[in-house]
Order: sequence, then structure tokens, then C-alpha cells
Amino acid sequence: MAENKGILVCGELANGKLASITTELLGCGRKLADDLKEDLSCLLASDSVGGASKEAIAFGADKVYAVEHPALKEYQADSYMQAVEKSVNEISPRAILIGQTSMGRDLAPRLAFKLGTSLTTDCLDLSIDPATKLLIQTRPVYGGNAQAIFTSELVPQVVTVRTKAMSPLERDDSRKGEVVPTKIDIDTSKVRAKILETVKEEAVGIKLEDAPVIVCGGRGMGGPEPFQTILKELADLLHGAVGASRPPADNGWVPEALHIGLTGKIVAPDIYIAIAVSGASQHTAGCSGSKHIIAINKDPEANIFREAEFGVVGKYEEVMPAFTNKLKELLAG
Amino acid sequence: MSVNMIVCCKQVPDPEAPPAVFKVVDNKMTLPPDVKPVIGQYEEFALEAALKIKDTVGGKITALSLGNNFVRDVIKKALAVGGDELILMEDEAFEGGDSWSTANALAMAIKKIGEHDIIFCGRQSSDWDAGQVGLGIAEILGIPAVTLARKVEVTDGKAKVERVIPDGYQVVEVTLPALIIVTSGIGALRYPNLKGIMAAGKKQPVIWKPADIGLEPSQVGAAGRRSKLDKLFQPVKEAKCEIIEGETPAEAGANLAARLKEAKLL
Repeated sequence: MAENKGILVCGELANGKLASITTELLGCGRKLADDLKEDLSCLLASDSVGGASKEAIAFGADKVYAVEHPALKEYQADSYMQAVEKSVNEISPRAILIGQTSMGRDLAPRLAFKLGTSLTTDCLDLSIDPATKLLIQTRPVYGGNAQAIFTSELVPQVVTVRTKAMSPLERDDSRKGEVVPTKIDIDTSKVRAKILETVKEEAVGIKLEDAPVIVCGGRGMGGPEPFQTILKELADLLHGAVGASRPPADNGWVPEALHIGLTGKIVAPDIYIAIAVSGASQHTAGCSGSKHIIAINKDPEANIFREAEFGVVGKYEEVMPAFTNKLKELLAG
Repeated sequence: MSVNMIVCCKQVPDPEAPPAVFKVVDNKMTLPPDVKPVIGQYEEFALEAALKIKDTVGGKITALSLGNNFVRDVIKKALAVGGDELILMEDEAFEGGDSWSTANALAMAIKKIGEHDIIFCGRQSSDWDAGQVGLGIAEILGIPAVTLARKVEVTDGKAKVERVIPDGYQVVEVTLPALIIVTSGIGALRYPNLKGIMAAGKKQPVIWKPADIGLEPSQVGAAGRRSKLDKLFQPVKEAKCEIIEGETPAEAGANLAARLKEAKLL
């Protein structure tokens, strides 16, 4: 096998366009590739890659491997692994960056174990050790109560990167790069886990990831009802969305799609209002990137006050009506 | 029908302990003695997934754990809730492993156990949160794996799994044997009843050392790692929260609204 060189981003598409995580990975990958003085390439595998290849170049890729096959229309591990494993063996990169997304969480461990290399998941920071050219990989551990730095001497070095942890480059459509259409045969008889049906359960209204304001309720809400009344009223007033920490999702008070945290969605709105949320590290892992965090909690010792910029200590039932009413008044005035 | 199941469980420090008690000393996480170990939260969901199958179609559940210094009362919860057998891979050599050495040792143990239909794992451990071991075991054993299951049904040598995706779920059908990784939607682990606790008290776990699964001590735990832990640390966070006061909670709420306006956040 050729010497492993360059950084490979394993990209994702969303509605035919480059997913935001992929632009973030390209931003991070560009810097690593420049530090190594090597190339940044991007693998895009789908039934139709289309204009996303050009987008990947505009966001920093030198080379885009576009793998098109009908079996890649939606992510299915057994098909996808065939495409990615073959491509990686051909490209022979030094490091592979994958998003810590629904796809990445499923794909990256399979790929790393298959390639006989190591993997560090959910990285917040990556850099190159100039002496060894190895990736220095920083990730949160113990539910976000600490961070760890890992290295590995095995190549390719595989990592997944947390969404919204890295900044994309400014899109530059004049940037030059090469698109390599890549033909790969996928043996669909090797698919052992068949997707029979895909069911959408999206909550109505603004998507959590896109909302400029999020009103998040925690265990202290006590049940499903306040999510549909008190929290929704405030979210609607601020043109935002309602979210939840893990206990309300686990208890079925809200759909899992509203769960914000380490094992749920990672969000970074302008304003994050946490109500009756204790602020366990597993939760703040999902919202600490917010510009302004505001907390309302009856427990003055609640960890959420360590994250928040403004806070009120009090029962939400007593604080919220006056808070929402006053906001209404101020917004009307 | 009887489904032969293996559930991988890990003993971890209680992840729900308040963040302030987690302290890194000399590159190691140290916790005060009043933070009790528990079975990881996602492994509890994995146990519940197996128990639900045992309830509906019948089967045998073998709980499998790797580590050292297991607290018997903690790990025996797997028996008390309805597990049939408990195998502890317990040895000093198993300490300090990474996802690779852990998955490899568990895979070797599963080979030794022999026949099985489903291996259940949690989506990630509640201490290191890596989320690799389950898929690693499946790759090593060469069996299919389905991740993020919130519902599992077994019929005719196949499992039908509801797999959580960001905006809903997929229904996935997988041939057995398979490895299924469970997430929280499956429902909380049931409480053990008195009969279960009594039965668990009488049962002795089976103990395996590295040699019992055909591995040298140099191939497991810290010695068998593929990745190196260079540093464990806690970023310093400055609490800077401005607490908005008021005569009553309601007044504080109104004052908060006014303060947000003043800070130009509206």
C-alpha cells in the first residue's frame, strides 16, 4: 500500500447539498492539511452527488471523490461501508475526519475496526504534532466533566468531530479543485440489515438546529403539559423552538427529536433559555455553544447557573408567567 | 421459541453525580467514596431490551462484564432484574483498556460462550462515552449490527428493530445472530423484585481471566490499547452568571425580561 498521506473528509449530503457538518470538517481539515503541507480530499457517497462536489471545493477541498450508486440513496451501514472502505484503501489518507452525526456514529467505529486502526469519537479539537505528524485528538469524557487528549500511531487515523465544534471556511466559488468521479461496485446481497421503512417524526414548527432561540425544559417541568403551554408560548413569542434535556425525552413527555445533549442534538442558538434544567454535563454538552444562556431554576446550586449568563432562582411556575408577560410588553413596546 | 441473549454491561461511577465531584488528579478521574458505582445507564437500557424479549418470546440472558474490582451488589443487579447468568471478566490486566482492547476481549468471551442469537450493548459507556465497543465486537465477530434501537422484536430467526434517526426512526430487519445497540427510547430498566434479589444473592458469577478467553495479559486492558491517553484534564470554567433578584419570584421574572432588553438580547 502507498504511504498514507493527506486528510480525507468523509462528507454527508442534506437535501442534495453539502451538510453543515461537512463544511465544518472541511474547515478543520484544511488547516490540518496546510500544517502537513498535504492535500485535503473529500469523499461524497450518495445516489447522486451533483453540485455538492463543487461546493466541497468552494469550502476548501483540493480533491473530491464522488461515489454514486443507487444503493447509497440513504445511509445503510453494509452498503455504505463497502463504498467507504474501498475508497479509503484507494485514497490511502493519513487521517479521516467524520462527523459525530447519526451516520458518523454508526459508520466510524465499523470503519476503524475494519481497517484495524484506532478511532477517537466526538472530538472538539484536532491539531497536528509537527514532530510525528500524528493527530492530537481532544474529546470530552465522563459526560463532559473532563476532557482527554488521545494520540495513536496507527494509520489512517480516524476521528469523528462534534457538530458545531469547528468553523467552516468562507465559501469561495473561485477556488480550484478536482472532482474525481469514482466507480464502485456495491454488492447488495451483502446487506444484512435491511431498512424496511423510514418514518419521519419531526415536530412541527422551526427545526431545533436552525432555531435562533431555544426554550428548553428539564426534569423539573414534571410532565408533558408545560412543554405544550408555558414553554411553547415563550418559544412562539421569541420565534424559537422548544427543546428538552434527557429526562423529559426518556419519560416520553416530548419526542426524542427534541432531546438536546451529548446523546441528542447539539445546538448553538443565539439565546438558550433553560427552565428547570439542572445542567448536568451531559446536557450542557449539547448547548454550551449557545451565544447567551439564561437559566431559571429553583435550586441556586444547580449546575446550569455555572453555564448561564443571566439567571433567576425560583420555581418556574411562579417565574415564567411574569417573565413571558413582561417580554410580551417589551416586545410590543 | 427461546432467544439466546448476551448483554454487555459496564460498572461505572454514577454519571448522575453532581459535576463538582468529578476531579482529575494525576491524569486519573478520582471521585469521593460516596459516589457509588452503577451499571452504565445505556447498558441498563440494553438489559431492559433483552428482558422485554424474554417476557414476550422467552429466552436466556447472559450478562457479561469486563473490568476489575466489581462491586458484587452493583453488577448482580443484572441477575436481580431477570438475567440468568453473570460472567465477570475480572482481572487487574483488564484495567485501563480502550475501545479496541475492550471490544476484542468481549468478542473473545462471546466466542467462548458459544451459541447466541442477539448481543445487546448500550450506545456508549457512561464514563468514557466513546460509543465504539458494540460495533467493534460486531466487526470482530463478523456479524451484522444495528445501532440506536428503541424497540426490538424477534420472529423467525430475525429481529425487527426501530432505529432512531435525527428526525424519526427506521424499521430495520436483521438476520440473527446480530448485535443490537440500544438507546434510551427502549424504556427504563425495571426494578428488581424481592424474588429476583433473593435469587441473585444465591447465584455466583462466573469469573474469567485473560487466559480463560485465550488472551495474554499483554493483549488486554491498558497493554492492549491502540490509542494512547496523553492527558486527562478539566478546562477551567468561570461562573459568571448574573442572578436577577426580585421581591417575589414573579418580580424576578419580570426583572429578567427587562434585563434582557437592556442587554439588547431581544
